[in-house]
Amino acid sequence: MAYKIVEKRQLVPDVHLMNIEAPDVAAAAKPGQFIILRIDEEGERIPLTIADYDVDEGFVTIIFQEMGKTTKQLAKMAAGDELQDFVGPLGKASEIEKIGTVVLVGGGVGIAPVYPQARAYREIGNKVISIIGARNESLLILEDEMNAVSDELLVATDDGSKGHHGFVTDLVKELLDGDEKIDRIVAIGPPIMMRAVAGVTDPYDVETIVSLNPIMVDGTGMCGGCRVNIGGETKFACVDGPEFNAKDVDFNLLMSRLSLYRKEEMESLETYKKGCGDDCKCQ
Amino acid sequence: MSITQEMPEQPADERIHNFEEVALGYTEDQAMLEAERCLECKKPKCVEGCPVNIDIPGFVSKMKEGNFEEAIGVIKKTNTLPAVCGRVCPQEEQCEKLCILGKKSEPISIGRLERFCADREREAGVKDPVVAEPTGKKVAIVGTGPAGLTAASDLAKAGHSVTMFEALHEAGGVLIYGIPEFRLPKAIVKEEVEYIMKLGAELKVDYVIGRIKTLDQLEDEFDAVFLGTGAGLPKFMGIEGENLNGVYSANEFLTRVNLMKAYRFPESDTPIKRGSHVIVVGGGNVAMDAARSARRLGADEVSIVYRRSDDELPARREEIEHAKEEGIIFRLLNNPVRILEGENMSVNGVECIKMELGEPDESGRRRPVAVDGSEHVIDADIVIIAIGTSPNPIIFDGSKGLEVTPWGTIVVNEAGVTSLEGVCAGGDAVTGAATVISAMGAGKQAAETINDYLSK
Ligand SMILES: Cc1cc2nc3c(=O)[nH]c(=O)nc-3n(C[C@H](O)[C@H](O)[C@H](O)COP(=O)(O)OP(=O)(O)OC[C@H]3O[C@@H](n4cnc5c(N)ncnc54)[C@H](O)[C@@H]3O)c2cc1C
Ligand SMILES: Cc1cc2nc3c(=O)[nH]c(=O)nc-3n(C[C@H](O)[C@H](O)[C@H](O)COP(=O)(O)OP(=O)(O)OC[C@H]3O[C@@H](n4cnc5c(N)ncnc54)[C@H](O)[C@@H]3O)c2cc1C
Ligand code: SF4
Ligand code: SF4
Ligand code: FES
Repeated sequence: MAYKIVEKRQLVPDVHLMNIEAPDVAAAAKPGQFIILRIDEEGERIPLTIADYDVDEGFVTIIFQEMGKTTKQLAKMAAGDELQDFVGPLGKASEIEKIGTVVLVGGGVGIAPVYPQARAYREIGNKVISIIGARNESLLILEDEMNAVSDELLVATDDGSKGHHGFVTDLVKELLDGDEKIDRIVAIGPPIMMRAVAGVTDPYDVETIVSLNPIMVDGTGMCGGCRVNIGGETKFACVDGPEFNAKDVDFNLLMSRLSLYRKEEMESLETYKKGCGDDCKCQ
Repeated sequence: MSITQEMPEQPADERIHNFEEVALGYTEDQAMLEAERCLECKKPKCVEGCPVNIDIPGFVSKMKEGNFEEAIGVIKKTNTLPAVCGRVCPQEEQCEKLCILGKKSEPISIGRLERFCADREREAGVKDPVVAEPTGKKVAIVGTGPAGLTAASDLAKAGHSVTMFEALHEAGGVLIYGIPEFRLPKAIVKEEVEYIMKLGAELKVDYVIGRIKTLDQLEDEFDAVFLGTGAGLPKFMGIEGENLNGVYSANEFLTRVNLMKAYRFPESDTPIKRGSHVIVVGGGNVAMDAARSARRLGADEVSIVYRRSDDELPARREEIEHAKEEGIIFRLLNNPVRILEGENMSVNGVECIKMELGEPDESGRRRPVAVDGSEHVIDADIVIIAIGTSPNPIIFDGSKGLEVTPWGTIVVNEAGVTSLEGVCAGGDAVTGAATVISAMGAGKQAAETINDYLSK
């Protein structure tokens, strides 16, 4: 099978958006779900969240950050190129219902998966307050898009180059301490950020949902590589999640399991760079 | 009385450094000598032992004439995947167990002869099949393991328009992701799949039913559906330390190695932890495959930890012998109770307890009981859990009415029909983890049922 890249754009340095032609996936996709792609015969299967989808045009949007071999190789591909595999939609869809006021927190590339959720919450009549954050202003993605689907948009940057000087967690805490009743918080971003949000909301008794990103292979419940510990129970993030209640998540286990292949990932990237030259323009 | 021809094999000290096939296959001379031993019984017992009732004396007799083309024709009347079955069938429990020669001497090596005929045909180039007159009926096959492939092949031959849906990026089920290259070369499975496509069947990989489409949708779009979704959900033991870094399910370990070619890392992109001391928990074919793969990945020491004794090991004898030759250590009557944690939540040994065999249990095998105070630690940095699998429920998502047992297996009648009209099922999804040939038998049965149903 081949899945065509119909559009490709760099959003900020090292973060790219791609629209992939996959009409059946687009037709079934819902916020909160993800896909798994493989670039070529030798490729690794990597999971990426569905950032958007267009049923009429038949494409799915992914937004990814260059991390290692596969995402760097993907970043070099252009509109018109084809991916070998694109499986989805995988995982459970977010439970988006009318509950009142929802706070959506996106950190870094985690803003991408938050976006379709914000839109969906808003569409059915919730009040949506979004908090997005990045290291600095030049790394902030989807600000306009988020603005368009939020009643209120708050921005935090680590260096203060835009919005609040500090972490998204500071803004979450301010909201929780404020007058407005918050009915749910959804936080997606690096595990360290989700753990921090979980820590902040814990004393407040506000339902807090996070989307977990363990290493996956098949994404269908067949390998168990994606297992996470939720309230003392082992779950497979690809079929039981990826979203879970933040207070139940064992973030230390998640983070440690994510580092399992660090040595091999370096080796893979080095081999790739050697074969290609990091600045080459080959596909 | 003559004895069976030995299978030529790659020597153990060589093969532990590669993933190439261990059993090399009979030469033509050997195949002829072995075929000559067959008595061509009038009431052949061997046929009763074969789940798809291959006309064994029939094909062997063609072999004796040196007519391998007709021999494979006889086999293929009832078996779609002879190159596969000849390699991985538990023959010693099936056809060969009942061979009359086995009473006084050694049975005919039926599987090896079957393999010889299939390999011979493949080397000569399989002729393109004649595509049947279309019936205008559409059948969906979900899952492309041996059950799905067999059903697809038979239904395509009958002229139905067949579409196969596969969750992974390659067709073949366990034949591709589970059974290693050194036992079943993937090229063989690929050729079988291509043959089925030449029959006119369509293959959609990357297609998870229950996610991209529901079973209900398939029922609407197709005249009949076959579910051959296997038993791919790995079981864990529920002991302390099972989520540590370095603990794999056999499914994950084997999928990384076979489907994702991690043994060629970094030429292929998918990594695997190679480990120096590997413990595999379990005693079936899956455990043997995992242990032998770990050995080939370069581990210094690989052990099988199994709670019963050698007699009860469920794996095929041949696989156990091969594993022993390759230096796999068998730590029998041993059960893991805890996986010990080292640096950065990684595995640092396994605590086991000694077992002894007590009274027989429901399965008729003597029940293992722990020996108090016999806890001891075995050195390990990788642990692979191979204690079984159950059906993966993802297929049921978003659809109603399919009856399943409390164990998650799909309920069918003798004809392979589920609780839904026009929907059949077979293979591991119905029986729980079983064998390639039983899955094929079920695929065949279901194809017949569907064919009858569609001709009404
Ligand atoms: C459900 C889910 C949704 C995700 N959504 C997005 C997204 O929308 N955008 C985005 O940029 N990233 C997303 N990720 C993370 C993304 O999958 C990894 O960044 C990617 O796999 C890295 O591959 P690599 O070869 O470039 O880097 P590597 O060098 O291989 O790895 C870099 C880091 O990524 C993680 N990783 C490696 N392999 C995998 C794997 N097979 N599965 C999961 N994580 C892995 C590890 O923590 C590793 O340290 C998601 C992950 C999951 C599980
Ligand atoms: C490591 C290992 C070694 C083995 N060794 C032997 C042996 O030596 N001899 C022997 O006889 N048997 C052996 N077996 C058992 C044998 O392989 C199985 O019994 C047989 O493959 C079952 O066939 P199946 O067609 O029912 O299912 P499977 O082979 O499991 O195939 C099922 C397929 O369905 C797909 N699928 C599942 N759900 C969906 C969905 N929702 N949508 C789309 N596709 C889906 C899966 O991805 C898979 O490809 C072994 C098994 C393993 C794991
Ligand atoms: S298919 Fe299996 S059981 Fe039947 S004859 Fe061949 S090897 Fe024996
Ligand atoms: S039982 Fe043995 S000897 Fe008789 S036909 Fe079968 S294989 Fe030949
Ligand atoms: S990724 Fe394999 S079970 Fe979740």
